[in-house]
Amino acid sequence: MLIKELTELNGVSGNEDEVRKFIKAEAEKYADSITEDSMGNLICYKKGVSSKYRVMLSAHMDEVGFMVTGYDDGLIKFASIGGIDERILPGKRVLVGEKRIPGVIGSKPIHLQEKIERGNNIKQKNMYIDIGAEKKEEAEKLAPLGEYIAFHSVYTEFGDGCIKAKALDDRIGCAILLEILKETYRFDLYVCFTVQEEIGLRGAGIAAFRVKPDIAIVVEGTTCSDVPGVREHEYSTVMGQGAALTIMDRTSYPNKKLVDFMYNTAKNKNIPVQYKQTTTGGNDAGKIQLSREGVVVASVSVPCRYIHSPVSVMNRRDYESCLSLVKAVLDEFSSNENLIESFKA
Amino acid sequence: MFDLLKKLTGIVGVSGNEEEIREAIIEEIKDCVDEIKVDTLGNLIAVKKGKGKKIMVATHMDEIGIMVTYIDDKGFLRFSAIGGVSRYDSIGQRVKFKNGVVGAVYYEEKLDDMKNLQLSKMYIDIGAKSKEEAQKMVNIGDVACFVGDAVLQGDTVISKALDNRSGCAVAVKAIKDLKKTDNEIYFVFTVQEEVGLRGARTAAFSLKPDIAIAVDITMTGDTPESHPMEVKCGGGPAIKIKDRSVLCHPEVRKLLEESAKRINIPYQLEILEAGGSDPGSIHLTAGGIPSGAISIPVRYVHSPVETASMSDINNAAKLLVEAICKY
Repeated sequence: MLIKELTELNGVSGNEDEVRKFIKAEAEKYADSITEDSMGNLICYKKGVSSKYRVMLSAHMDEVGFMVTGYDDGLIKFASIGGIDERILPGKRVLVGEKRIPGVIGSKPIHLQEKIERGNNIKQKNMYIDIGAEKKEEAEKLAPLGEYIAFHSVYTEFGDGCIKAKALDDRIGCAILLEILKETYRFDLYVCFTVQEEIGLRGAGIAAFRVKPDIAIVVEGTTCSDVPGVREHEYSTVMGQGAALTIMDRTSYPNKKLVDFMYNTAKNKNIPVQYKQTTTGGNDAGKIQLSREGVVVASVSVPCRYIHSPVSVMNRRDYESCLSLVKAVLDEFSSNENLIESFKA
Repeated sequence: MFDLLKKLTGIVGVSGNEEEIREAIIEEIKDCVDEIKVDTLGNLIAVKKGKGKKIMVATHMDEIGIMVTYIDDKGFLRFSAIGGVSRYDSIGQRVKFKNGVVGAVYYEEKLDDMKNLQLSKMYIDIGAKSKEEAQKMVNIGDVACFVGDAVLQGDTVISKALDNRSGCAVAVKAIKDLKKTDNEIYFVFTVQEEVGLRGARTAAFSLKPDIAIAVDITMTGDTPESHPMEVKCGGGPAIKIKDRSVLCHPEVRKLLEESAKRINIPYQLEILEAGGSDPGSIHLTAGGIPSGAISIPVRYVHSPVETASMSDINNAAKLLVEAICKY
């Protein structure tokens, strides 16, 4: 089970090694060559039949998490890596470092809080991670300064096709790209597993600069806000309604012709598809689009509720829609390579 | 010049949707340049060939606007902003889609406090009676610009999209008025400036010019109780010293100042505290490119009633010609 294995690996931004090793071992079965660049992006190359065009697919390996920044006796002070809502933190389980030392996020107990404290959210600076250490020396040994910390969450299937896990953003994209890598196309395919997306789309630009793609498709886990208290027009995506195409976000304006083509391809093949209705957030497409002389990009995503938390929830059917759509689009490019050129302005 | 400005400002060319404005500019300049290219993102690159210095002139052709994100059962549209759209300026305005559909922008009347106004509490009414009817007129992802036809009153022009069709008009005029020069000049009409100076970056990467001069607009400090700023409408084109995205290269600033003095036109110096512009991404591209800008003073920037002085625009064109031909 690729999704289970991928999401239970720890790969907080800048510390993607565990994920990279796993993906590399899988990708080696299908890729013609694999490059690990200076930042740690994994670029898997699959030679095409004609090699006239270069198509880049991209999913990021990193996930949001934490880093050890100090100690209060045996308790660990920590900083967030990536965008995390601090209000969800108290009571969560974490794993510290490579040895996966278990810890819990704690804070001042409610019965000892001042009245004013009770009325407000607990600030992250007033939380700590308890790994059962009594003394600072002990904590330092188990969790040295700068050590990475990941959410702890067991992959769980429930309901009608639902999956709960951490790091669905973007291991779900990694899972899709590993499937895609099994196929061969007419064009040269570069399947890129990127680093440090969550802290500023840092790996993808470097990867794109090396790959020099004619076209790039980013595969993501994206926000899903089809929940009570949100009005329908504010839903970013709806779980279960298929692959979500980005029309615009804060970092990129996907190529309109390509987005239309992907939408129509989905409709023609009866693959469930939806537009992501919000234009907030961003992803690797932002950096890829602006690489060198400019690149035609699009983003397609699996809707994930409670994203950036240890209890992200997605539906397997959306994963399948997303995978089918990417495959279908690549098949179209393969049978008509001139399409790739046609998206350029 | 006003006729050109009226033509260019009248076109819907929201960021990422520059097709029509690009075509209109090509139509204006095609007989006056040696080569015309359109790159992957849609930048229009017009070349005047030469063996001298390689100069990039960047004028962004996109404008701010809105994008449809949702159509409700009654046919009302919900939308996102493209670029820096003021929620308050938007109320009571008309927007126009590329296919000519016009809509009225308004807000949910239950809103108790204007301070809580968010785009998610606003909508566009295109007069459709149902979702189906609306879908025949617009789709999710369609864009529209604000309506504000250009009018001339004495030396003053009022229009939408003076940011930056006035810069485009200056570049078009400069192309037509070029003096004899050995310099190789790349007039780049850039895309997606309003959403993050994007087109200028990829164009600069491919051209790798010796210097770059942008022509864009700047804000002014000459309206009642305005934020203090030295620039005023009618005081001449401004030579940019800095904005939030760039500290202009002293060589480019000097070139522009000396050019202005040589042809004896009034000019001002621009220190813009808010906002960025194409030189912000150009100067950091391809190993670094000395960059600067000529800015046209515009009041009420990003509203449908942007206001500028025709004499500033005309002088900006003269300044640009002098600078790029004599560098």
